[in-house]
Amino acid sequence: MNVTIRKSNAWREALYGYTFIAPMMLGYIIFLLGPILMAFMMSFTNWSLFESASYVGLANYRQAIMGEELFWSTVKNTLYFSAGLVPLNIMISLSLALLLQKKVKGIGLFRTIVFTPVVTSLVAWGIVWKYIFNTDGGLVNQLLHLFGMTGPAWLYDFQLAMPVVILVSVLKNVGMNMVIFLAALQDVPVMYYEAAKIDGASPWKRFVHVTLPLIAPSLFLTMVITTIGSLKVFGQIYVMTGGGPGDSTKVLVYYIYEQAFKLYQFGYASAVAFLLFGIILLLTVLQWVVRKRWIYHEQ
Amino acid sequence: MSNKVTNRISTAGTYVLLLVVSGLIAGPFYWMLATSFKDKTKVLQFPPQWFPHPIVLENYHELFKAQPFQLYFVNSLYIAIIVTIGTCLLAALAGYSFAKIAFPFKNGIFLLLLSSMMIPTEVTAIPLFVWMTKLKAVDTHFPLIVPPMLGAGGMFGVFLLRQFYITLPKDLDDAAKIDGCSPWTGFLRIMLPMASPALATLAILTFLSSWNEFFEPLIYLNSSKLFTLPIALSLFTDQSGTQWHLIMAASVISTLPLLIVFFFAQRKFIEGIAMSGVK
Repeated sequence: MNVTIRKSNAWREALYGYTFIAPMMLGYIIFLLGPILMAFMMSFTNWSLFESASYVGLANYRQAIMGEELFWSTVKNTLYFSAGLVPLNIMISLSLALLLQKKVKGIGLFRTIVFTPVVTSLVAWGIVWKYIFNTDGGLVNQLLHLFGMTGPAWLYDFQLAMPVVILVSVLKNVGMNMVIFLAALQDVPVMYYEAAKIDGASPWKRFVHVTLPLIAPSLFLTMVITTIGSLKVFGQIYVMTGGGPGDSTKVLVYYIYEQAFKLYQFGYASAVAFLLFGIILLLTVLQWVVRKRWIYHEQ
Repeated sequence: MSNKVTNRISTAGTYVLLLVVSGLIAGPFYWMLATSFKDKTKVLQFPPQWFPHPIVLENYHELFKAQPFQLYFVNSLYIAIIVTIGTCLLAALAGYSFAKIAFPFKNGIFLLLLSSMMIPTEVTAIPLFVWMTKLKAVDTHFPLIVPPMLGAGGMFGVFLLRQFYITLPKDLDDAAKIDGCSPWTGFLRIMLPMASPALATLAILTFLSSWNEFFEPLIYLNSSKLFTLPIALSLFTDQSGTQWHLIMAASVISTLPLLIVFFFAQRKFIEGIAMSGVK
């Protein structure tokens, strides 16, 4: 008797459990799991808006990897963007966190200012910087002019466009990582610094041997998140350069966007999207492996 | 004595650095605002006009005449509000269930949810676009409201709320049960209000990402009366080329509301980011 009551209670509890997760599970199946499987399927077909789909095997993947120069140049540009953005972002946001950790008057205001771009729309941020880097009469070139220099056509220059986009993207998001570092720095026990100070460690040594090891988990997290985010860059490119000049700032997501939503080559675009996923996975795993190394060094 | 001097020097150095850094980061906002009040002939003049003189309100007037920005504003606002409320409610419900209710395959299902967050949205965007085309939902607000609520954004919410509910003691549920609450009323009356710190974080992050979302409106919207602010802003640069005085006014309009909210709720904002980032 007692056992059956308990059993029916467990059953009722499970029923409630399932009911509570039902809306989200339904959403998960329709808007995530379903589309993922569908995209995988599509990537093996010549699915497009114009023709009925048929199975083409690995043709889309082969076309991207062996047939399209543009694919490789977008991969190259994407990696260029990440290789520029990630180290800059981490270095600047960590230095900012160290600076903004100081207990001086008005520090709250400075923290707020550094964080402000994070809450701003990427589109508005990109547009303002496009104006600032405008060739004729843009603020940067005006300032250079004040010093008697003629500024270049920043966003129309094959060599300069990407660095400018990287700089603008770094400034947009350093606040995010800065906050994560700030939270991590606050968890470092003060007595460690004091002990190191008594041992005569210089500020640089204290940073390398006390701070860095203790914030390593946050450092790893921000590196992974920033890398993944950088591989998916799109909005600022769309607004600032439109992929130009030439194709010099055209990145993978921009390429997917063009193939899928301009040319309606859904099959091919899906294959490229999965290749992007592969690159993300590869770099994430790589970071994971490298991480084990620095944890070894910490001991 | 000399210690005091070095302290002062280091404090002064800190302030100089702080000013330079925040100038570089806040400068663009000032330049946006200043330009939006400049006479259009002075927008690109040399030497640069650091302060708008005379202060011109005409740009805003002209902007609203050229484009129905009030409409874009309302579109952005109502979409963001629905997405935020929906995400918070459903994520709390599922998060609570994953944290506190026992049911078979719970951990397996949760792991499945988590793993899907790894897939880039560009992968799912293509089939979703095909489905929305079939549903005749392209060029409506439906794809901007429902998939974000129930897709990847919702899953992040479930994760965040589950982490929060796990920290609550089990006694709380038992007390509610003894008082005769059904799981539903227990959830609505006790568990939902209890989660308000985590919900505030989720609400802020969701509202922010919905308000600033660019990719989805770009692929789904064609009719200008349906535009959201980011999309209106991006098309504006195409249409009128280099009318910077108008574009800057438009940028101010799409940035200012969020900035005002941010300055009042910045503690929660920043805590929320730190919290969701560290966990």
